[in-house]
Amino acid sequence: MPINDPISIQFPRRGRGQLSPPDEYATLRERPGLVRSALPNGSTVWLVARHEDVRTVLTDPRISASPLHPGFPTIGRNGTVPPPDQIPGWFVAYDPPEHTRFRKALIPEFTVRRVAELRPAIQRIVDSCIDAMLAGGTTADLVSAYALPVPSLVICELLGVPRSDRELFESRTRVLVTFTSSDDEREAATKDLLLYIAKLIAMKQRFPGRDLISRLLKAGVLTPKEISGVALLLLIAGHETTANNIALGAVMLLLNRQWIHTPGVVEEVLRYLSVADRVALRVALEDVEIGGQLIRAGEGIVPLGAAANHDEGTFDRACEFDPSRSARHHVAFGYGVHQCLGQNLVRIEMETVFECLFRRIPTLELDTAVEDLPFKYDGVLFGLHALPVRW
Amino acid sequence: MHVNVNAESCIGAGQCVLIAPEVFDQSDDGTVVVLVESLDDPAQAAVREVVRACPSRSISLTESRSG
Repeated sequence: MPINDPISIQFPRRGRGQLSPPDEYATLRERPGLVRSALPNGSTVWLVARHEDVRTVLTDPRISASPLHPGFPTIGRNGTVPPPDQIPGWFVAYDPPEHTRFRKALIPEFTVRRVAELRPAIQRIVDSCIDAMLAGGTTADLVSAYALPVPSLVICELLGVPRSDRELFESRTRVLVTFTSSDDEREAATKDLLLYIAKLIAMKQRFPGRDLISRLLKAGVLTPKEISGVALLLLIAGHETTANNIALGAVMLLLNRQWIHTPGVVEEVLRYLSVADRVALRVALEDVEIGGQLIRAGEGIVPLGAAANHDEGTFDRACEFDPSRSARHHVAFGYGVHQCLGQNLVRIEMETVFECLFRRIPTLELDTAVEDLPFKYDGVLFGLHALPVRW
Repeated sequence: MHVNVNAESCIGAGQCVLIAPEVFDQSDDGTVVVLVESLDDPAQAAVREVVRACPSRSISLTESRSG
């Protein structure tokens, strides 16, 4: 028997110009048990809001990350992501032990030491984007001029995409992460990218380089087909999430200038914004109790990362943006075996992006009121479609 | 205090290396390696933070050496 009769609510959303998580999350954390919510497609899910409960959901072996199980939630548009069962190597959708084979093959590529080797390349990429912005006048859209191209070019660097192909690679990726792209455009872009990645893999087989794809091929743990799925996943997972953190993080820092050069600012931006709030979707494979609530086998679960990261029981003054705090146990990158593989790369990217932006353009300011910024209110990820700035 | 790690459950997130680089390292396969097993006071504070942050709960602190 459930401990309490679950109430059902609309899926929470942010108010206009609101950078903090939806107001309803505080109520969700305080209520005993969990709350049911209807998704746009009519199905219902359990919302999990407390930090401890979110971590439990993300580590309980009776709870699955595989959309192949009946009852797995689908949120919002799925256009950017091809059906995972059609892409071998889409390992975020695998449970252990299958997931473990991919994770083990990939972690040597994302150690703290390995990603630090990318620092000079990241610095070059960031500087070249700022050069282009400064050469273009005294205003820019920080999303299209900076927040999107930096992660895209960093992934090119990581995968070993030759410079001559980067435009093709970036233009197709841009279609995938642009809100207004139609499903047909997305499908065509995905096909182009998979085709391109297949060619890239064939090239690396003949002429290995010092890049992730060449090393994965050499290790031989994953098949070339699986490596192509992994490459597409890294591209999609690493692009829009990072771009949103860069754009929204820049807004946070423009509104809180006293923190701009504080060490720890990246970790607090990650915690406070939690752009991937509702990305780690799950389904119960057996009856399981979470936060005093019975969840039946086959019921969908949405652990809310932003709600967990603003839990007063875990973070003092959680609603304040305070980069001097120790926020390392946030769940902005998820938790458990699926925690973001690229997190240390993202940290270096964000650190470089903010340091360089405010050092090279110290007079940077918003070119519109915060309430008027085009926020992604209904997206799977929280972010900005554009960010007009001037200097 | 003594630091214990489980390299089997480790998923190579590297949080330990970022928070306490004087205590932890990652092997070539990405899993955790302990550099210093017995900790002085400042290191203990950092390792407590590591224990809270580790996504696979592979790190623990004990009063003395444990299996």
